[in-house]
Amino acid sequence: MLRRAALLVVATTLAAGCSNVEPWVKPYERQNFADPIMAADRNPVATSYLNHVFEAREGARGALGSHGGGCGCN
Amino acid sequence: MLRQRLLIALLALAPALPAAAAVLPDDRADVLYHRYDGGGVTIDGPSLLVRKKFAEKYSVAANYYVDMISSASIDVVSTASPYEEQRDQVSLTFDMLNDKTQYSLSVAGSDENDYTARTASFDVSQDLFGDLTTVSLGFSRGWDEVGKRGDADFDEPVDRRSYRLGLSQIVTPALMMGFAYETITDEGFLNNPYRSVRYLDDDVPAGFAFQPEVYPSTRTSSAVSLNASYFLPYRAAVHGEYRFFTDTWGIDANTVRVGYTQPVGARWILEGGYRWYGQSNADFYSDLFPRRDAQNFLGRDKELSTFTSQMLSVGATYELPPLGWGFLQRSTVNVFYDRIRYDYDDFRNVLAGGTPGTEPLYGFDADVLRVFVSAWF
Repeated sequence: MLRRAALLVVATTLAAGCSNVEPWVKPYERQNFADPIMAADRNPVATSYLNHVFEAREGARGALGSHGGGCGCN
Repeated sequence: MLRQRLLIALLALAPALPAAAAVLPDDRADVLYHRYDGGGVTIDGPSLLVRKKFAEKYSVAANYYVDMISSASIDVVSTASPYEEQRDQVSLTFDMLNDKTQYSLSVAGSDENDYTARTASFDVSQDLFGDLTTVSLGFSRGWDEVGKRGDADFDEPVDRRSYRLGLSQIVTPALMMGFAYETITDEGFLNNPYRSVRYLDDDVPAGFAFQPEVYPSTRTSSAVSLNASYFLPYRAAVHGEYRFFTDTWGIDANTVRVGYTQPVGARWILEGGYRWYGQSNADFYSDLFPRRDAQNFLGRDKELSTFTSQMLSVGATYELPPLGWGFLQRSTVNVFYDRIRYDYDDFRNVLAGGTPGTEPLYGFDADVLRVFVSAWF
């Protein structure tokens, strides 16, 4: 019970703190992120295909940050 | 037909983990031709994507993707006959935006003559802290059916689940960073029904013989990645990414990727990149087992071996002059080429002959081409 109460206090404090976070990069300072060259996935179909190739040829998978898929094909 | 295909539909559905929320994707259409050529395998085909918003609150997307495969890889040549086949995949995605929260629901189906995959996926992302931070969560569930050519009775299921967590953060007016975590579990028939392992056998002239692979029926993997994009003062961008992977089969892998994007004039964007990948082998992998049935699980898939790969990439995007079509806002023509080198540390080229276990190590180069037209409307 005590642990649950302590968790609640911590969570409430964190939430209150979060709500007071002042954005340190103002909206008018974010024009660089609207530039296509900064896009995480500017060409989704093309990125998806390349991730297909990786998935098919490598043991690792997941957390690619973008689409994946593809054919293994021996 | 391959364990990798277990993930095809699932991963194709997974939205960008650290994607920016609170803005639905642009209306666009893409027509892409892809081609992979390496190691005796050629795969090519089209991919079509159409995405459309409604009432600035809803978005639907449809993707049709085809792989036309011609395979005479070293695995196929050493134990079977070259083959050709086709895989078709269709996916549908529905997005909904509610203030700073975006919901995404996807379904996908993939079919080939010996493998079907069905996947459903749900993702939610939320903007926080004055839209500097985006948190995303996702879950996918997949149901596969593994078949085998020439054996109508062979029908094995695979159950798949994926859990994703993503975070993207605007750090400075020029720096965006992202974090992604994903764990995937598979349960069912996870090996390739056609592939074999080899073992020492003094009773045959070659000195070795083959028997079917036997994989565990479960696999759980975890991957974590960090990425960053930095906007340079003269309008160019550098990108970097690192990923660590580990799974219950004993594979550990590291991926490092860097890229550079440079606009030239008003219409061109040029880019280049380098990617390094390295992994350790699975616990039950061996290029040459000492005897038949040497252990419970047996694998000789080179994707489970110890190897490294390196990739060099170049690409160009050209924005077409206005075409004068009222509905079309802009359009681009794009060409991307990648050269990948694979070097295997414990997978040998059995076609080279010689004493079993002393053949030269295998390696090959692959060329990957992507040519596509994109249109925004």
